[in-house]
Amino acid sequence: MSNPDITARIHALHPDSAPAPVATESNPAYKKVQLARHPKRPHALDYIERLCTGFTELHGDRAYGDDLAIVGGYAFFDDQPVMVIGQQRGRDTKQKLARNFGMPKPEGYRKAMRLMFMADKFHRPVITFIDTPGAYPGIDAEERGQAEAIAYNLREMARLGVPVIVVVIGEGGSGGALGMGVGNKILMLENSYYSVISPESCAAIIWRDSAKAELAAAALKLTGPDLLERGIIDEIVPEPPGGAQEDHDAAAALLGDSIRKALAELSAMTPKELVDHRYLKFRRMAPFFEG
Amino acid sequence: MSWFKRDKPGVDTPSDADRTVRTEGLWVKCDGCKQIIFRQDLEDNRRVCPKCGFHFRIDAREWLDLIFEGEWTEFDSNLASTDPMQFADSKPYKARLAGMQQTLNMKDAILSGQGKIGNHTVNVCSMELKFIGGSMGAVMGEKITRAVERSIENRQPLVIVSATGGARMQEGAVSLMQMAKISSALMRLDEVGVPYISVLTDPTTGGVTASFAMLGDLNIAEPGALIGFAGPRVIEQTIRQKLPEGFQRSEFLLTHGFLDAVVKRHDIRDFLARSFDFFVN
Repeated sequence: MSNPDITARIHALHPDSAPAPVATESNPAYKKVQLARHPKRPHALDYIERLCTGFTELHGDRAYGDDLAIVGGYAFFDDQPVMVIGQQRGRDTKQKLARNFGMPKPEGYRKAMRLMFMADKFHRPVITFIDTPGAYPGIDAEERGQAEAIAYNLREMARLGVPVIVVVIGEGGSGGALGMGVGNKILMLENSYYSVISPESCAAIIWRDSAKAELAAAALKLTGPDLLERGIIDEIVPEPPGGAQEDHDAAAALLGDSIRKALAELSAMTPKELVDHRYLKFRRMAPFFEG
Repeated sequence: MSWFKRDKPGVDTPSDADRTVRTEGLWVKCDGCKQIIFRQDLEDNRRVCPKCGFHFRIDAREWLDLIFEGEWTEFDSNLASTDPMQFADSKPYKARLAGMQQTLNMKDAILSGQGKIGNHTVNVCSMELKFIGGSMGAVMGEKITRAVERSIENRQPLVIVSATGGARMQEGAVSLMQMAKISSALMRLDEVGVPYISVLTDPTTGGVTASFAMLGDLNIAEPGALIGFAGPRVIEQTIRQKLPEGFQRSEFLLTHGFLDAVVKRHDIRDFLARSFDFFVN
């Protein structure tokens, strides 16, 4: 982090954020969690419009509705046709409500899968942007099979015969993130996190106090370097000084470089090689057992 | 120092322990009908209430004994977690694991077995809820994936009996990735046309429901089991209202189209055998 006062600035910009953490300087994990949630941070559509031309949003899951917490459509990246799908949160209160704070419902995951099948049928690479606190935990989501929708995506993404590039751009909240996360390449932005549970929920379980989130963030090992070391992600994408919120264009350019490199590598593979590559990647994840 | 001191022993009053006849454990109150039932009657009835049919939870090993006819072989029983995140809360995860392994005499929250159901040789995995809430970490992920691979290689049907709170927090993103690992393996099982039946028992929630438990060719559940993505407490806290009666129970999922059938414990082995007759023969 080039700016030592960044934490103070986060709180100045975002007064309703979590209470100031204790000893943040010694806790880079929680700092990343806060930056990942920064209100000025670029969202999926901010990256898509900077990285691609001709983005055309496609709506609906053909079964129930259109979930605005997930956006998707075709676009052209370096003139190459690609399918882009992202978890999208709102900027102001009205948008946040419409996007359900970036918490997708089953119809969102089903729309995402529909678009991925379309990409597979027409041999187009898939790029997904992960940015969700988690899949929506509500009555309607349960009634329409939140668990089934995510489960189905996990199995079917494994079958896609096209390159799948996953980018965690902000919050990688558990199963809700993974539901669009089975890729050949998994990239993580420098100030993003990917975790099995949010630090707040983890703290609530362990210490019965969600305010101890900064401790939980460190314990969960949810940052890019932690996950790279454990073979869970492939690459950490650098952000502009101070974080992506400081300069959306620069953040997008840096991400573009990584996506370009990944696409070039994967485009040389046959559909079968892509399926096998993705399968083996997850099959080997992660051998923390003995005996 | 007291003023008076008793030199001789006093009148011997029997202690409470001597006075009571030990009856604890002989009777059980049914969570379903709230009636008192004789424990032996319950055990003889596969832990299903003889009065109202309420299904009490049973252990991972009891499940395998119940499903298989006769002898079964256990696989990968020595696989144990190596604590990928060096996780520590009130107690280091390593110590928690060691305690559980000692108490329950198993290395992690899952058993993997192979045996006969009807005319079929079947691979069955079953979860132990008492082991850190039946949670899924790297060991469960690996044991199930190996069972799926055995099923692919030998064209043997697969059954997974779930009883779990979901992914294991203490193994962080490693446990999350087990969802994708097992689901990918199930894609391969699907491609070779070998059947998989998912049996959901009370409770099945979180990352297990949101992966392999919902991916059976058949998804069946015991009566009254809690099944969901988010747990009821999380939902109540999010929406700030009481949940309707029967929400996220087996019958609710059946009504909403997410289960093929709700099957009573006494009928499960026949149901599995008959289904495999349909799928395989």
